[in-house]
Amino acid sequence: MVAVRVLGVLGVLWVLSMVVFAMMYLAPGDLVKNLLGNRPSTPEAIAAVREQYRLDDSVVEQYLHWLGGVLTGDLGQSIRLQVPVIDAIGDRLPLTAALSALAFLIAVAVAVPLGVRSAVKAGGWLDRIGGALAVLGLSAPTFAVGLVLLYLFAYYVPIFPIYGGGDGGLDTLRHLVLPAVTLALGLGAIIVKLTRTAMLRELESDYVTFARARGLSPRVVNRLALRNAAIPIVTGASLVLTFLVGGTVLAETTFALPGLGTLLQDSVLFKDLPVVQSLTLFVAAVIAVIALLADVAYLLLDPRVRRQMGAAS
Amino acid sequence: MTQPLGASSLTTSPQPPALRGPSARRPRRRRPVLVALALLVLGIAFGAAAFGSLIFPDAMTQDILASQLPPGSPGHPLGTDELGRDVLQMSVAGARSALLGPVIVALGSMACGVVLGTLAGYQRGWIDFAVSRWTDLLLALPVLLAAIVVSGVFGGGYWVTVVLLIVLFSPSDIRIVRAGVLEQSARPYIEAAQMLSLSRWRVMFRHILPNVTSLVVTNAMLNVAFALVAFSSLSFLGVGVSPGIADWGRQLTDGRAIMFVNPAAVFMPALLIVVVAVAANLVGDWIGQRLSRVGEDVR
Repeated sequence: MVAVRVLGVLGVLWVLSMVVFAMMYLAPGDLVKNLLGNRPSTPEAIAAVREQYRLDDSVVEQYLHWLGGVLTGDLGQSIRLQVPVIDAIGDRLPLTAALSALAFLIAVAVAVPLGVRSAVKAGGWLDRIGGALAVLGLSAPTFAVGLVLLYLFAYYVPIFPIYGGGDGGLDTLRHLVLPAVTLALGLGAIIVKLTRTAMLRELESDYVTFARARGLSPRVVNRLALRNAAIPIVTGASLVLTFLVGGTVLAETTFALPGLGTLLQDSVLFKDLPVVQSLTLFVAAVIAVIALLADVAYLLLDPRVRRQMGAAS
Repeated sequence: MTQPLGASSLTTSPQPPALRGPSARRPRRRRPVLVALALLVLGIAFGAAAFGSLIFPDAMTQDILASQLPPGSPGHPLGTDELGRDVLQMSVAGARSALLGPVIVALGSMACGVVLGTLAGYQRGWIDFAVSRWTDLLLALPVLLAAIVVSGVFGGGYWVTVVLLIVLFSPSDIRIVRAGVLEQSARPYIEAAQMLSLSRWRVMFRHILPNVTSLVVTNAMLNVAFALVAFSSLSFLGVGVSPGIADWGRQLTDGRAIMFVNPAAVFMPALLIVVVAVAANLVGDWIGQRLSRVGEDVR
């Protein structure tokens, strides 16, 4: 079953790699000019580009050559930065990873308890506040939230730096607080909704009624319910992930953080195709792998499925 | 697509029905006051979109390159933007571009959803297979990322963005309609209609469709909110609305440069986007509850 999923993911990535490769041909304008960027179009430079991308070969050969490069870590040369794409991505990856992780931690730490509370005391004041926050978090664009926080906590009350990524360590962490909170609001809204829905469903089921009737304390009952509710919450992770990808771009742009999001935005605006291609593939691969992990986690979380797996293998 | 752009995308990105489930299954009594307020907000916003250019015909061309004034300046209650244009006038004039796109996106993806979803759900077979794989593929894409890359690489612009968002938003509509149609198809009244040898099209669009309307309308309303957010996010990143057009998202982008001189230049359009998106969300939920109570319980 897992093998089938892995094959499916590889299939999707393969199709996507062809689409991404085709980008080069679908982009308006002359192919060679696009690839040259702002380098002078001397005959030697043109010849070098034709050589590098094997433009004289057939399209299939070009694709295979490009795919081979991608698989061996040779993603080509960034037109804008004049460095290998893999270095450009490698330089900026840690910041984006730190930002996403921090935002995710904040969101989970706040949203899961809030979602559980909202479900346990459905209709109570906390539920209503949680519901209002969730609607706000889903409706407010990430950058609008970011700009408000920026104005309030970096300019009006200057606790945090206005922009930039800091110089590493604790300083970077200080720079990441506001962007992470910005992202966490949107993430948290989704997680609150997922958690509340899942918890409500569990709390209605017979085993909860039974546990209550047996006189188990509400704490224990809630823990039982949350354990079962964890399955739909984790499988909802793909939703969280798609939000996170877009949100990171916006949050990084708002706070001028030198991460993958700003790299993508700059490259798109500059039409730096090799970087855009590589980033698109990279993000797709990360999403696919995390979605796969979520599915595996689902197998581990549900004892029934686990037992079936054990019986089958 | 919760979506947000997903929200959006993402938030903005399209969401599976599971997220919206409980509010419909277990109608929380939404205070009518809140809904009335939301309707009022939407009314004013769409009024501004329709008649804004009559009230302030020269919002875009006034006093270009005059000074940048803070809020509360005489004659400019919200101050002026980076080109010396009145922020209040710009905000009213920007409503049309900011709302027209999202409404078209919501209607367009609704149309896609109704046609493809009904065909897939009722006809089954290869149409269903093709449509389902297509929605699977699109749902796996982060809306904002796809929109940035496509409009960035192939050249953006307003209408390109509209078409792009219709394509990226349609999977949620298709899925919802398909699920509704599947559920309805198994019911006795459909069997009765088939017994009367009504044509397939008549069964699909005259008998089944009215019973999934509540799902469709609710989702369209929520899509307006998500599309508004997605649109402004794209403008913020510089690939949505082109410069020189009065638009809330554009205003936000341009206003960032003078955020500390006149915060209203940024926060007025931001506030408008958030308020309208929240109002659309509330009204969408409310319509969903009303319709599902009146009609058959489709969910």
